[in-house]
Parts: sequence; structure tokens; C-alpha cells
Amino acid sequence: MDGLSLVNLSFLGNGPYELTIQSGECVGLTGKSGVGKTQLLRAVADVIAHGGDCLLDGTSCQLMPPPEWRKIVAMVPAESFWWCDSVGAHFDLQDEHENPIDLLEKLDFSSDVMNWQISRLSTGERQRLALVRSLITRPKVLLLDEPTASLDIKMVYVVEEILAERSSRYNTACIWVSHDLEQLSRVAERVFRLEPDGLVKEDL
Amino acid sequence: MDVISLSAFDLSLAALLVLMLAFTSFRIGLGLEKRLVISGMRMTAQLLLIGIVLKYLFANANFFFVVFMSFCMLAIAGYEVWARQKRKLRGRTGYLISTGSMLVSSFVVAFLALTIMVGVDPWYTPQYAIPLLGMLLGNTMNGVALASDRLTTGMYNQRGMVEQRLLLGQDWQEASGDIRRDCMRTGMIPIINSMAAAGVVSLPGMMTGQILGGSSPLDAVKYQILIMFLIAAGTGFGVVTAIWLISRRLFDDRQRLVLDCLVSPKAD
Repeated sequence: MDGLSLVNLSFLGNGPYELTIQSGECVGLTGKSGVGKTQLLRAVADVIAHGGDCLLDGTSCQLMPPPEWRKIVAMVPAESFWWCDSVGAHFDLQDEHENPIDLLEKLDFSSDVMNWQISRLSTGERQRLALVRSLITRPKVLLLDEPTASLDIKMVYVVEEILAERSSRYNTACIWVSHDLEQLSRVAERVFRLEPDGLVKEDL
Repeated sequence: MDVISLSAFDLSLAALLVLMLAFTSFRIGLGLEKRLVISGMRMTAQLLLIGIVLKYLFANANFFFVVFMSFCMLAIAGYEVWARQKRKLRGRTGYLISTGSMLVSSFVVAFLALTIMVGVDPWYTPQYAIPLLGMLLGNTMNGVALASDRLTTGMYNQRGMVEQRLLLGQDWQEASGDIRRDCMRTGMIPIINSMAAAGVVSLPGMMTGQILGGSSPLDAVKYQILIMFLIAAGTGFGVVTAIWLISRRLFDDRQRLVLDCLVSPKAD
């Protein structure tokens, strides 16, 4: 079976949640602040303890070494963190990974961005760079936590376009968390509202 | 040459200096006067007590007494390390880790020194074993306490960064590598600095004591060199062990950062 399945997933007293996302599909997730949207993504990325299981193409998360799972099921948190001084040091530029140049150019960065200092980046620049950082390893699943929250409207559309294009080219499954229902109706095939005890389908 | 014995009056004069300092602290509102007086009294009582114990121990060089005494010292050092941490590991684990890492480093190093380098017979002769172990434990304790405290607070304060690195597919060792190395450095820097300054800036306490006690300066220096090496090795290995054991506890079997095994500090 292709895609990501959340089976009986529960965490921090929430759930259980059931959800299946086909490869290449994007599912929108909305809900009140504090209801646990970010925690759901963290549970799927397996960085918090959870009950139930997550399966990718039929293989349980438990059967994979955690770093490997997190490379394939990549979460891009709303707030990104950077631990070295320069931008470039945070990119895993191995031969088997994608060269970030194209993506950076589309996102309006000049070619010397890899030498920039982290301390000088704006919030929006950080958000775009964090996205590129996670995309170049070509994950099979993307867990996006408000990926355009700090971007201007022009960049919002560019990011939406890039993600749509990549999901059709690389068959990436995607969970897109946002408060913006209009955006979710643009990017996602299905949209759910997260409640403490389950998912409710939103009609758009 | 015999040491000039100090009278109670001599010591009271020195204590008077501390009382003056306490008074100054009171006048300028430092708020340290109570702690100054209490730790001064603690120090006096503890040292007088240990003097009596050592006097008895030296008169009866019994293997079991020496071992018992060593483990008491270890237990107290472990408690001191544990108590000095702002965010402690929950339950008994934290205490066991700090005690364990000092046990493997200080005890092993002290045993090697007694059996091979000093070669005193029997190796547990208390005149050698207890002061040697005491100096080792005291220094290891400082290193381990500094490094552990920095590790748990560092992991707590930088949890976002550590989790970000996990999310990018790094394993727990890589994700916490910078913090762990930084803590080990913190734990080892003091002894590295004191090796560098020894003899030039500072005359180490043990050497000073030996010279006052009438040993020739060259003998005193050789013992000091030995002790410095032992302390460096003991502190270093103790710190490395403690950091490894604590950081292992901060990640679960799925390599998640689990900070709920740390007790939040009480609000001041």
C-alpha cells in the first residue's frame, strides 16, 4: 500500500486518529490553537512518545531506525533552528541529495546565500531556507507546520507552487497545517479539522 | 623540622577576618553574611571531625576502615554533585550516575597510583590512600558537577535546536554532539588551567602543605606533579563518563529527547 497511514495514533491524551494519505496527495489540517496540530506532526515524525502506529508504504515506523524514518518523513517545524554560524553548514550536501541552487533561486535567494550569517536572517528568510533544507533530501512525506506563516503574499504563492510541483514530480505525500482555510483549499485535496478525539472532514 | 602547632587563638584570629567580611557583606547588602558564617562553621566542624577520624585511622591501618571511609567520601561527593544541579535527573538515577562516574574515575586512578606509582605497602596505607583519594574526589566532583549541570540546563534551553537536528535525520549523538562536547570542555578546563598556572602563578595546596611539613621542595614538587596528572586523568574520565551516561538518559529508545526525566528547579 502506497502512502502514509496513521493507525490509532494517540499522544498526550489526544486521539485516536485514523488517516491515510496517498503518495502525491496533500492533506490540509486545521483546528483551534493548542488543539495539538503541531504535536500530531511531531508524533508522526516520531519525536514524541505516542500510541498506535504510523506506516509508510505499509512499513511501520517502529521497524525503522528513527533517524532514517525522520529523513523519509520530514517535518518542517513552524520555528526553525540553526546551530552553526553560516547558512551553508546546515545543508546536508551529499552527492545523492539534490543541489539546492534551483530551489534557492526560485525562492529569491542570490547565489551566495550559503555564505550568509544565520544571525542576519529575517524570519521569512529562515522559513524559506528551512524548507529548502528539508526538501533537498527528497523525503517521501512532508509534514509542514504553517510553512508560509512569515512570508509575504508573493512568496506564499511561490512556495505553494514549488510544493505542488514537487509532490507531483516526486510523489510526495504531505500534511499541511494552517489556519488559513483558503490556502488549504488551494493546496490540499482534503482538509480535516483536528479535534481532541478525532478528525472532522471540512467541506470547502 | 617539626611543624609549628597552631593554637585555637591563632585560628580564632583567622576566623575574625571572615567575621569582618561577613559584617562588610551585611553593610553593603550582599546578603552573603549568613552563608559565610554557616559555611565557615561547617568547614571548621567537618575538618576537626575528619582530623579525629584520620588520627584514629592512622593508628589502626585496617583495610575495612579505609574502604569504608573511601565509600563514605564517595557517597558525599556524589550527593554534592547531585545537589549542585539546577535540573536534576528524576529519581535515584542522577545520584547513581554522578557517584558511578566518580567511582570509575577517581577510585581506579587512586588505586593505580597507590599500587604502581607510589607503591606503598600495604597499598591501602591510610596516610597515602585517604589524602590521595580526597584530592582526586574533590577535583573530580567539581568537574563532574559543572559538566552535568551544564548538560541538563543546556539540553533544556536548547531543546528546540536538538529536536530540529533530530527532525533532519541526525542520530542522538550527532544532534547533541555540540552540547556534549561543550560540557566536557567546561568540566575539564579548570584542571587544564591549574596545570598551566601551577608553580608560575599558584603554589598548589598539597605542595605548600608538604613544604610546611618539612619535606624537601623537590620531593614536594614530585608529589604535586603526580597529583596533578592523576587529577587531570580522574576529572577528565569522570566528566566523559558522566556526560555520556546522562545524555544517554535524555534520549529514549526511539532517540527522542525526553526532558520530563528532569526535575524542574524550584522557583526562587
